[in-house]
Amino acid sequence: MSRLLKNMDAGLYRKRRIVNLTVLSASILTTLFGLFWLVWLLTTLFLHGFKYLDLSVFTQPTPPPGETGGLANAIVGSILITLMGVAVGAPVGVLAGTFLSEYAIRSRIAPVIRFVNDVLLSAPSIILGVFIYEIVVVPTGHFSGWAGSLALALIALPIIVRTTEDMLKLVPNTVREAACALGAPRWKVTVAIVYRAARAGIFTGILLAVARISGETAPLLFTALNNQFWSTSLNEPVANLPVVIFQFAMSPYEDWQNLAWAGALLITISVLALNIIVRTFLRSGK
Amino acid sequence: MEQKNSNNKKTLLEQGFASIKGTDSKEKKKGPLSFPAKIQVKDLDFYYGKFHALHSINIDIPEKKVTAIIGPSGCGKSTLIRCFNRIYELYPKQYATGQILLDGRNILDPKEDLNLLRAQVGMVFQKPTPFPMSVYDNIAFGVRLYERLSKEEMDERVEWALRKSALWNEVKGKLKQIGTALSGGQQQRLCIARAIAVKPEVVLLDEPCSALDPISTAKVEELIDELTEDYTIIIVTHNMQQAARVSDFTAFMYLGKLIEFDSTDKMFTNPRRKETEDYITGRFG
Amino acid sequence: MNKLAGHTKTPTLRSGVKGRILDIIFASGTKTCAILVFVIIVAIMVSLFIGAWPALKKFGPSFIVSTEWNPVTEEFGALIAIYGTVVTSIIAMIIGVPVSFGIAIFITELCPAWLKQPIATAIELLAAIPSIIYGMWGLFVFAPFFADHIEPWISDTLGNLPVIGPLFSGPPLGIGVLTAGIILGIMVIPFMASVFRDLFEVVPPVLKESAYGIGATTWEVIKKIVFPYTKIGVVGAIMLGLGRALGETMAVTFVIGNADRLEKSLLMPGNTISSSLANQFTEAVGEIYTSSLIALGLILFFLTFLVLALAKYLLVRLTLKEGIRT
Repeated sequence: MSRLLKNMDAGLYRKRRIVNLTVLSASILTTLFGLFWLVWLLTTLFLHGFKYLDLSVFTQPTPPPGETGGLANAIVGSILITLMGVAVGAPVGVLAGTFLSEYAIRSRIAPVIRFVNDVLLSAPSIILGVFIYEIVVVPTGHFSGWAGSLALALIALPIIVRTTEDMLKLVPNTVREAACALGAPRWKVTVAIVYRAARAGIFTGILLAVARISGETAPLLFTALNNQFWSTSLNEPVANLPVVIFQFAMSPYEDWQNLAWAGALLITISVLALNIIVRTFLRSGK
Repeated sequence: MEQKNSNNKKTLLEQGFASIKGTDSKEKKKGPLSFPAKIQVKDLDFYYGKFHALHSINIDIPEKKVTAIIGPSGCGKSTLIRCFNRIYELYPKQYATGQILLDGRNILDPKEDLNLLRAQVGMVFQKPTPFPMSVYDNIAFGVRLYERLSKEEMDERVEWALRKSALWNEVKGKLKQIGTALSGGQQQRLCIARAIAVKPEVVLLDEPCSALDPISTAKVEELIDELTEDYTIIIVTHNMQQAARVSDFTAFMYLGKLIEFDSTDKMFTNPRRKETEDYITGRFG
Repeated sequence: MNKLAGHTKTPTLRSGVKGRILDIIFASGTKTCAILVFVIIVAIMVSLFIGAWPALKKFGPSFIVSTEWNPVTEEFGALIAIYGTVVTSIIAMIIGVPVSFGIAIFITELCPAWLKQPIATAIELLAAIPSIIYGMWGLFVFAPFFADHIEPWISDTLGNLPVIGPLFSGPPLGIGVLTAGIILGIMVIPFMASVFRDLFEVVPPVLKESAYGIGATTWEVIKKIVFPYTKIGVVGAIMLGLGRALGETMAVTFVIGNADRLEKSLLMPGNTISSSLANQFTEAVGEIYTSSLIALGLILFFLTFLVLALAKYLLVRLTLKEGIRT
């Protein structure tokens, strides 16, 4: 080792370099370790999933054990429940987020709402399922697609509140001032100017919420339950992909397990696709 | 001795501000009180929470003239013009006491309808604030709030506002283009067009050129000059040359107080107060 | 200038009044929605409490420490599920925290620039994969592999050690508390790694550059600059990860074995609160059985609430510190 500095302690320097190299190699190793599992998971998912993914999956309803069938009713049911969940959660979430961003500076309840929103965001989704079971399924006396949608709406709500608030806060105050200075009332400023400036961000938040709830299983177990047959009425139990995957994967029948793999792949692809759309959307928005 | 000194001073100041506004030499010596007042401010105090930002301001702003407010950063000049349309009310804990009379009506009255007030008193901000919509809609936005116009009338109004703000020739082909896509100087003129399209009576300009290049600045200044025909204009600027070029009257503020208010000509050649002179000759601030 | 003939118009009063009414409607509409969020949380707590009341009344405080879980005799206690929940989460943290930390360091400090964005994006995408996928993979792929190759080795080596030996002995079943913990760990890695990365990116480049500028090594920069700067945030992020692990249902339910016995060994099946709910809630008959399950849910809700409150507290302190800095 060359002595570049006059008073350099070569031993100390060597020790520091060794410690540095050790730690950095450890970091590379942990990265490889972490990625190893995730790559393994995705590989098996795609290998198994694609093997059993054929046209009948999209055209036929879920079969009884031992017969052939598909996931068509579960796919339709999932889309229905998810869309309804967002349809309920998004307006409330956007308005609540608007309150936090636009009206909260004069309000003492805003910090409380923000905290409570985080509590809801981190609440275990299965608890939300139990809650909806208690207040919807028990009084109505039966499981239903609506109950499932409501449970999903509770998961979507805090995500949308949070992203809406964040995105509205990115709109510079000068724009609000400029609109007010023209004599526009506050609601008009918010709806016509601030929403318009932040629309890409708000839409992103809603898409993220869709991505999140489209794979949620736990809250649907006690609400939408499952239905072996075609069911498009949200007043009765509705077949949905996550619960079908859960039941089929846990079953002893190989046909069912294979369908579960196909369903798992479908969910993963749609969730990843939604996330990628959100990302490209955000990038083009900037 | 005394006399000689002040003569010296005068020529020195005049050299520095060769382009003081006004052509009629008799007219330009006249003080602000010899014109009818559009806005009368009486004992105005302003607070940001506990911070006392303005100390009993009294000023009469003449109608259809350009009044410039100058002073070092933090002296309260922006605060003062933000009182004229009560835009400060967007934020909590900011409040004003005293009276501001617009054509004799006290606009600090809690019963005052803020939206109507702001339609009457337009404002242009330091940084351009185009709305995220087309050039046309940017201008039509404010007009639609209070007037029901046919398509033709609206087209006419938009063209009028854009012509008035010397932007028409540059944007007439791209009215459908989004306003944020214009250059900085164009954006600022768009904001001025948007403010005057509502046909306010007073236009507040809060350092409208501080984010602009010299060419755009010159265009905005020309525009201000033209607007005095119809509007009462109040401009905040920290550029003294600009104040000298565009304004009829100049108010000098320092530490939240109004130090001196007189015709621009007098302020820049023969100020009464020592603080004003020090500031104008660049000895502080 | 004839266009200015109508210049002295004053805006119509009518539109002003209409604007003010709509203002009030809009403002109160947003406020109602915001308050609704609060009402929902209160309703969740109240409904869980009402649902859990019969069980809490019958078993009293001993519910929390009882290891009994017998639907036939209708004797219930929460300890097995609490133990399973806490132990799987601890295992998940032991695996997840260092690995996520390593990944975050790798991405922010070591990774060549062209690879940075792809890896960061990949990690974030992985964090979005639904947990049921992790559970299913755990059941079909990981558990058999674990039973054949890892578990025999674990019980032969760790299982013979004094003190901790009993934790790691037993038949290689594949499914069990340890497997569930590992799957949970793998699941929280992408989540925590992306949170850590976000935190590390917050460190002002000037600070790091100054440290490099006096000849510090990468590790020294991480230890002396990045870590102190983000300390509280890192702890907060770990808490958020812990909250996720505690409440996670699907990744655990597939592989924990759903056994209501308290076993010494981590290789044996067990149960967590959420997996008990997932497996038994719809099948539970009788008021006490259902009520006991809801009581478990209530306990879980408060556990995650506590963890979140702690995380929030730490993160708020971090932002306060940042606020002073800027």
